[in-house]
Formats: sequence, C-alpha cells, structure tokens
Amino acid sequence: MSHAVPLERETVGVAGRGRSIEWLGVIALLAVIIAQLNGVLNSPPDRDMGHLQKIMYVHVPAAWNAFIAFFVVASASLLYLWKGQERHDLLAASAAEVGTLFTGLTLALGSIWGRPTWGVWWTWDPRLTSTAVLFLVFVGYLSLRSFVEDADRRAQWSAAVGLLGALNVPIVYMSVKWWRTLHQMQSSPSTVDPEYAVGLRTNGIAILLVLIYFIMKRYRAARIERMAEHVAERAALEGRTNG
Amino acid sequence: MPLAQDMRRVRAIIWKDLITERRSKAGFNAVAFLGVLILLLFGFALGPDTEALRDAAAGALWLAILFSGVLAFNRSYQLELDGAALEPLLLYPAPRWTIFAGKFAANLLFVLLVEVVVVPIAIILFQVKSVAGWLPAAGVMLLGSIGFVGLGTFYASMASRSRAREVLLPLLLFPMLVPVLLASAEASSSLLAGNPMQDAGAWVKLLAAFDVIFVVASFLAFDHVIEV
Repeated sequence: MSHAVPLERETVGVAGRGRSIEWLGVIALLAVIIAQLNGVLNSPPDRDMGHLQKIMYVHVPAAWNAFIAFFVVASASLLYLWKGQERHDLLAASAAEVGTLFTGLTLALGSIWGRPTWGVWWTWDPRLTSTAVLFLVFVGYLSLRSFVEDADRRAQWSAAVGLLGALNVPIVYMSVKWWRTLHQMQSSPSTVDPEYAVGLRTNGIAILLVLIYFIMKRYRAARIERMAEHVAERAALEGRTNG
Repeated sequence: MPLAQDMRRVRAIIWKDLITERRSKAGFNAVAFLGVLILLLFGFALGPDTEALRDAAAGALWLAILFSGVLAFNRSYQLELDGAALEPLLLYPAPRWTIFAGKFAANLLFVLLVEVVVVPIAIILFQVKSVAGWLPAAGVMLLGSIGFVGLGTFYASMASRSRAREVLLPLLLFPMLVPVLLASAEASSSLLAGNPMQDAGAWVKLLAAFDVIFVVASFLAFDHVIEV
C-alpha cells in the first residue's frame, strides 16, 4: 500500500471534501421528507391493509438499497483482490456497515408489518429467511474486521469473506424457497397499483440518496482513521515518541 | 510433470496432518465425544416421545456434526501455528492451493471418521426404524461433509490467526452453511424416514452445486488469505 500522494496533500483533499458531503446529507434528508409526505398523504388506504401499507414506503426502499450496498461490497472486494488498493477495501467496509444497517431496518419493519397482516412476527419464508441470513453473514464480516488488527490482513480477509458471502445469497434464497414457500409476490412498482408505484419509486430514490450519503460519510471517516494510523506509524519510525 | 509433483505435495500434507492426529488422538476423541454428547442433549431437549425423536433425527444429527466438527478446523491450523510451522510451509516452492487441498482432504477424512461414530449412535438414540438405502445415505453424508469441510477449512485459515478465534469461526461459517444444513437435513430426513431417493433428489443436486461453487471459490481465495 504505497502512498503516491504526499500525506499532507491527501489529508487536505479528504478533509476539504467534507463540506460537499454535508450538502448531500441535507439534500437526502429533504428528499426523504418530501417523498415520505407525498407517499403518506397522497396514497389511498389499501383495500386489505389500510394505512398499514404506508410502512412499505420505508421497508421496500430500504431492502432495495441494502442490496445495492451489498453489490457495492462485492464489487469493491473484487477490485481490492484484483488491484490491492486500500480505498476499495475502505469502500467495501463502509458499504457493508450501511448495508447491514439497512438490512436490519428491513427486517424490523417487515416484522412490524407482518404481525397485523399475517398474524405472526416471523415466518420462515424464503425472502425473510434469506434476508436474515444475509444480515448474519455481514455481521460476521464486520466482526472479522473488528477482530483483525493488521490492515493488509484485514483487507485481504474481509474481501474474500465479502465475496463468498455475496456469492451465497442466491443459493440461500433458492434453498429456503424449496424448503418452504408462503410469501406474497415481491413488491415492485410493476406489481403494485400505480397510485402506490410513484410513492415507492420516489422513496426508493430518496433512500438511495441517504445510502450514498452514509457510505460517503463512513468512507471519509475510514480514510481519516487510516491516515491517522499512517501518521502515527511514520512518527514511530522517525523516532518521535509523541506525535 | 508439475501436476504429479503437486499431488505428491498434497498427499504429504494429508499424511502429515493425519499422522499428527493419530499419534495424539486427542482431537478425534474430543470431537467424536462432543458429537455424541450433543445428540444426547438433543434427545433430552426433545423429550421421550418416539415420533418426535424420529422426525428430528436428521436435523439433530447434522447439528451435532456441525457443532462438533467446527472445533477440528481451527485446530488443524493451530497445530501449525504452535510449532511455528505455517511460515516454513508457505516458504516451500509449491503452489499455495496444495496446502489448502491437503488440509481440506485431511479435515474431510477426520470429519468422515467422526461421522462413522456419530451416525450409528444417532440412529440408535433417535430410534430410526429403517434407512431407505445405505448407499444414497452415505452419498448425502459425503456431499454434506464436503461443503461443510471446504468452507470450514477456508474460514479457519483466517479465524485461527485472529483474536477471538473460537468465536469468529462459527460466526463466519454457520450463516454460510444454511444451504448445506437445509439440504443435508432434508435429504437425510427423507432417507431416514424410509423414503426412496427421488424425494431427496433436488436436495442432492443443490448440495452438489453448493460443493462445487464453494470448494472452487475457497481454492481461488485461499491464495489471497494465506499470504498475509
């Protein structure tokens, strides 16, 4: 992991980008408020579910965006194994954290929705179960990162674990599907009434902005952390005891 | 003949691991005993109802294999680390996959031997009436074990060299093994219930696909994880 850019200049570069990330955060927050208000106020109550259907405006976009996050993890992990650049590792770690958060949100909201709709907090249906397994795989990924001190080692190992984990998602889904099936058709704009589709799409985009904001924020923090470690390493090598 | 040389290296590692194990037998005795113990505990937890025991037999058997076998994988690297032998092993001018292949095969033999002890005891304890066919049953055990041992050997190469290795390995490994557990337990269950193979056919295919995908992926990724 050689540093082509002098450390001081790079530090300034990363720190300077903070302002624009915060602006993205404000835009994402406004987008979520507008999309949620639009979804809640402008869609009629569902024939069977009533206003309970509104939970869909967070549940479904969170699930979509969690999958986007894990796609980023898999791609960044592959890039890391291929090119060995630290930024891909940090990007994978940031996306994994946010993806795990969104998966947890999806599961919690799905459970809250399932209780009045299906009468149970939990069923062993394929999508529910494979989402839970995905959540656990990436909890394992994050604990691996926290249990390994050496940066190169952490990066190589978590890239392999992230890739294998992503590879397993369709297999887990298939196996649980054969094992047991009782979920309703997947909610997507084409299966729901047009009155809901607009709300679903706009919320999907709003939550996507939140996802990008979270990943960028987390990525920036990870870069700064690594830089602090490099500074400390350099200070130690130069024989200064107190940097 | 480079391939013949590589195979000789693989055999050397298998031989080395197995002979270390045979001389102490500590690992095998502990793991096999733990497997039997878990079966016994499942029996107590499920209660004495014969029908309930029979229905749960395949699931309990596979969980006993998973929970006891997982202890073997870290051990296979721990012995190298204790003797500071992993670095010299990596310094040998041989492709890295030969190390993985050797450890994988040695661990597979180990787990299969544990199964030779655990499976008959499961059949006795859970009062299984008849097995639909010994050959298909053995095939399912083998396929399930390959998936389990392949991923276990791979993840242990990392977990054994991290802090908190005892916790980390199951945390990484078990979520990945959900398809293996489902397919093995379902296929074994229909065989133990006396159903012929056709009920288990889809599960056997799933197991085979899982084995191929993850053994190949582990072989490819092992190069990256062992060098750091």
